[in-house]
Order: sequence, then C-alpha cells, then structure tokens
Amino acid sequence: MSNFSVSFSADGGIQVLSLRGELDAHTAPELEAAIQKCKDDQNFKIVINGEQLQYISSAGLGVFMADIEEVREEGGDIKIAALQPKVFNIFDLLGFPLLFNIVDTVEEAVSLFQNGES
Amino acid sequence: MARSIHTLAIPSSTRYLEDVRRFVVLHAQEADFPEDAVEQFKIAVDEACTNVIEHAYGGQSNHEVDIAIIIDADRFTVRIRDEGTPFDQTKYREPDLYDIASKRKKGGLGVHIIRRLMDRVEYRTRGQINEIRMTKYRNASQAKNGEDS
Repeated sequence: MSNFSVSFSADGGIQVLSLRGELDAHTAPELEAAIQKCKDDQNFKIVINGEQLQYISSAGLGVFMADIEEVREEGGDIKIAALQPKVFNIFDLLGFPLLFNIVDTVEEAVSLFQNGES
Repeated sequence: MARSIHTLAIPSSTRYLEDVRRFVVLHAQEADFPEDAVEQFKIAVDEACTNVIEHAYGGQSNHEVDIAIIIDADRFTVRIRDEGTPFDQTKYREPDLYDIASKRKKGGLGVHIIRRLMDRVEYRTRGQINEIRMTKYRNASQAKNGEDS
C-alpha cells in the first residue's frame, strides 16, 4: 500500500495538487501521473501544495525537473508552496529555488499566477 | 560507547524503501543524533538503495540489498552491498539543474544528494559484491547544526 497520495482542486484556471505522505522512487510515478493528467487536460498552471508532504527524495524532485520545461513552453508553470522546512531543505540543497518559484502559501502561489496574467 | 551494528536485508524493489527509512531513523535516533542529521542519513540511504535497485539491478526485484548501520562513538556509517552492475564513479559528473530540466530528464540527482549530505562516500567492488560506504562524523554534524542556527 502506498503512503503517498495526490488530491486535485482548482482555483480559477489554476490546478492545485496537494501532496500527502512520502515521495520516493516508489511513489514518484503517482505524482508523474497527476502532472500528466494536468497536461492532458491542458492545465499548465500548476501549484504544488506541500503542506502535508512529509518526505521527498531525488526521484520526486526528478518529476518536477522532467516536466517544468514543457509546462513553461505551454505558457504555464509549476509553483511550489507550503513546504515543511525539512522538505524545503532538500529542494534547497539541489538549488531548486533558482529554477522554481517556491513560496510559503498556496494563496501566494495562486496570486503569482493571477498577477502574471494581468 | 561500544560499536553497534544493525543489519537489514530487503528485496531489490522500491516498495521497501519506506522500511529502509524507518530502519535508519530508528537507529540514528537511538544513537542520539540530532534531528536534522537523522533526516540527512534517511535520505542518503534512500538515495543509495534507490540507485542499487534501479541501476545496479536494473529495476529487477528478485535480488537482495544488504544494509548495515554501524554506530561508533564519533560517527555514523552505512554500508550497502549488492551483487549487480557496479557504479562507475569515474563517469560521475555533478549535475547541472538547467541541463537536466532542458533535457527533460528525471535522474542524476541522487549521488549528488549523498555527496552533499555525508562526510565521506566510498565505493568498492570485491568479486561479485559492490559496496557503498557512507560516513558522517558526529562533530561535523554538530558543527553544521551550529552554522544553521
């Protein structure tokens, strides 16, 4: 049984993916499938809500890396919000803040998209 | 403090990574390492086991990964053994995030994480057995904590 889950919600035209549990090489395909679903539905404005994400390894980080260029080419972005400090440390260790918007709250991530549109 | 050794053998499948992480956390906490050092051991061992499963064994789950945690007064060592394809560290290059993103790749970050988090990382192959040995010194981790605070 997997200890990871993704739930979807929409805020205007923005997809919020709320991650729960532990994201590792075993569970990363679930995140991959969730982002694929967004792309299939032509939703390229994606916010990752990391509030309930307890753990991430490079397999999870790799999913963001693999998708970010395509999503941006389609005029969207993957913005990452509300990470717990121990999870943020791993993003930071690899220099992710240079490549991704990582913000404190989902609301902030959503408003970055909204301000970008206006 | 006398040396203590704890061992765990798992089948070569990513479904057991969660067990590996629990095993590492249990013994690192027992040995009184600070919380952020425990987190660092957990992810370093996860990354090393993932590499064994996905690269040394090419994703085949019918092999075994042997993990040993060795706790000494001044250090925490993890030794992971497999009988798959050896890791050629001479071909390792530090990953460039922009390069990975532009090529839409997923991997290449695990070894980098291990090297950043542990004080010493050694690979060796003897006969059929490959071994990675990762060490973190207690003082080094305490010094790092001091910097962070």
